[in-house]
Amino acid sequence: MQGRMIEMAKKLLGDGTVNRVIGWKKGEFAYDITPAVFENAEEIDADFVYDDFCGHNLSKYLIKESKKDGKMLVFLKPCDTYSFNQLIKEHRINRENVYIVGIPCEGKASAETIKEKGISGITGISSDGDNFKVNTIYGDETVAKSDVLEERCTVCKSKKHVVYDELIGEDGEVNENSSRFDMVAKLENMTADERYAFWRNELSKCIRCNACRNVCPACSCENCVFDNPNSGVSNKAAVTSFEENMFHIIRAFHVAGRCTDCGECSRVCPQNIPLHLLNRKFIKDINELYGDYQAGEESEGRTPLTTYTKEDCEPSIVNERGCK
Amino acid sequence: MQKLSMEKLDELFRKMSEKQAVYLPVDKENGAKFEKWSEGTKMSQALNTIRSAKDFIFPQTENLVDFKVNGKNIEVADTREECEDFVIFGMKACDARSFGILDKVFLSEPVDTYYKNRREHGVLVTLACTKPSETCFCQTFGINPAEPEGDVSTWIADGEMYFEANTEKGKTFIESISDMLEDCGTEKVDAQKAKINEIMRKLPLNNLKTDAFGGDKLNELFNSPKWAELSESCLGCGTCTFVCPTCQCYDIKDFDCGNGVKRFRCWDSCMYSDFTRMAHGNSRNSQLERFRQRFMHKLVYFPANNDGEFGCVGCGRCLAKCPISMNIVKVMKALEG
Amino acid sequence: MQINNEFKPKIVAFCCNWCSYAGADLAGTNRLNYPADVKIIRVPCSCRVNPMFILRAFQRGADGVIICGCHPGDCHYTSGNYYARRRITLLFSMLDYLGIERERTRLEWVSAAEGAKFSATMNEFAETIIKLGENKRLEDLRCKAE
Repeated sequence: MQGRMIEMAKKLLGDGTVNRVIGWKKGEFAYDITPAVFENAEEIDADFVYDDFCGHNLSKYLIKESKKDGKMLVFLKPCDTYSFNQLIKEHRINRENVYIVGIPCEGKASAETIKEKGISGITGISSDGDNFKVNTIYGDETVAKSDVLEERCTVCKSKKHVVYDELIGEDGEVNENSSRFDMVAKLENMTADERYAFWRNELSKCIRCNACRNVCPACSCENCVFDNPNSGVSNKAAVTSFEENMFHIIRAFHVAGRCTDCGECSRVCPQNIPLHLLNRKFIKDINELYGDYQAGEESEGRTPLTTYTKEDCEPSIVNERGCK
Repeated sequence: MQKLSMEKLDELFRKMSEKQAVYLPVDKENGAKFEKWSEGTKMSQALNTIRSAKDFIFPQTENLVDFKVNGKNIEVADTREECEDFVIFGMKACDARSFGILDKVFLSEPVDTYYKNRREHGVLVTLACTKPSETCFCQTFGINPAEPEGDVSTWIADGEMYFEANTEKGKTFIESISDMLEDCGTEKVDAQKAKINEIMRKLPLNNLKTDAFGGDKLNELFNSPKWAELSESCLGCGTCTFVCPTCQCYDIKDFDCGNGVKRFRCWDSCMYSDFTRMAHGNSRNSQLERFRQRFMHKLVYFPANNDGEFGCVGCGRCLAKCPISMNIVKVMKALEG
Repeated sequence: MQINNEFKPKIVAFCCNWCSYAGADLAGTNRLNYPADVKIIRVPCSCRVNPMFILRAFQRGADGVIICGCHPGDCHYTSGNYYARRRITLLFSMLDYLGIERERTRLEWVSAAEGAKFSATMNEFAETIIKLGENKRLEDLRCKAE
């Protein structure tokens, strides 16, 4: 796959279709990959990589990049295309400045999960499809890829590209049977006290690094309310649970109806807070109350929170529904 | 040198806790974290904690002072509390060195009395690393994980823990637990040190050098064309800063409680868009400038003001946690080559 | 707030200018009682209520928050309350999901002619909040009076 991508990138750069390429650049180790812009064939030959650790959603970078001169080639995995489409809908990306090549994805692995298995001193990782052979200075280890997938990939919602100019490989299908709402349902079935304890435990880990916000393709405000000193939030003063709750509720709410569930927030959280469970709660509620909706599926039309019907349920439904 | 059987570790913590609070790394679902010892707490075997130990002497948020408004009068209340004695047990060599770096910032004139108060009440008991990871590069900054600094150094070998005091504070501490320890030779520890040094030679970042950096390289590094490429995918989050044991920038935030004002000192990140925002606006408007600031501070400005000592200890936390895996090692390698 | 060991709840009511605020006015001119602990904040429309307002009210010491607007179909701006209905429903559901007592928040449609409904709603809501007690789960200790 990497070979075909490099070939295509060089061809499109060569014939002038695009003047730069955004993709992934290899790092110091086998897994520490960085999103990067490549401007010529030499740079691509030297550093371009696409493997099981290229989890970063490149759509976010296009907000900035698509405003620059010239056309850019971007490689998008199926779930990244949903984020892209959503940004098109919100007029945040200049579509004519982007050339999208859809690439297949078989699920991305988390180096952190590999390390959590006690594997340290990693000097190399090779894959045979189902398993990783991890070379370390303490000896070689084998781990099953299915054991170290990112959470979002274990419940993959779709392998279909919703937008592209060209495709490498076959397009996949939407997975109707994804179990991504199982944990939300489990929480809903707990008592209020249990839910409160669960979230207090999780949100109290927050170190206010804002990584979840900054990586989020839906968080595209020029200036976030939490960065505005005049807004009265004391985000950096981590002294009360209130500020933690406030930040995460408001952030999730602001992306409600726009969040495509790409899972980047949970991937980047340095404290491993399951932030996707907040976003998925909104998605689940929207599906149940206002009809099935997948953000990013369409590049036009209204989102659930920018429309209404006269027959919508009343907020008192919260008292009547499943939550204990 | 003195030793204690690992089986008696609980007993040791119990005894230590009688006199002071004892903090040690404990395994949590998302990695190790320093926690206060209480009956049943087990010390983590993890290489290091997710967050550094700097919280103990420089907490993320600290209430400096309260202002109470009463009619036309404003009462200023000092909110500081006398710090209790505490022991940080099982710190690693990198974190121990980071305290020395923070000392240079907070204990130089004018002395930060909030910091000094905590620093004086803490005893640092360090533990030699047994299983360094590929992200470790402390040796680049002259730190030897086999011989950690701190008031007391310890080693674990063959089911026993070995203790050696390095400072007066450490000697007093050892005396307070001496009835549990027995004298011993240094053979086992020497063998352990040799083993650690052997591992260190095999680490992939073993050959990272600081020759290209320092206070005298300001202009060439500041003007390097490589910053644009290095910073292009930086998200501008504060992860690297907040897991870093040496980052020491802070912001002062006043919170209006309705009946008064609380003044907080809280960690800030140079990666944030509102960092050092002043009346005239911001001094570093692009992510390139902010990104450059962080690494220039560690590799150029800090050594320029502190006899050549770098502002990094090579703990590798930012390597493990950066959402886009851009870090000081990549920056150093790009700038020197 | 505790006064002489008796719990006096603080309630914030966001009332839309065109219906509910006039409803409160009517309750007043008709001399219908409602608890003095209800603090009314007038907003141009129920859809002006940002979720942050609700959280901020709790932070600043509210024990309950109620939003009142025109009945669906009667919005002065045609559709504001329809949008508000969706947003508020999702927000309340999220607060419930986080384990925050769902009885602390409420939305009621009160028209300018419904002074009696306004008064009854506020009395009933205050009673609910008294039963629930002080807001602990969304409190900000810094804002508690000493």
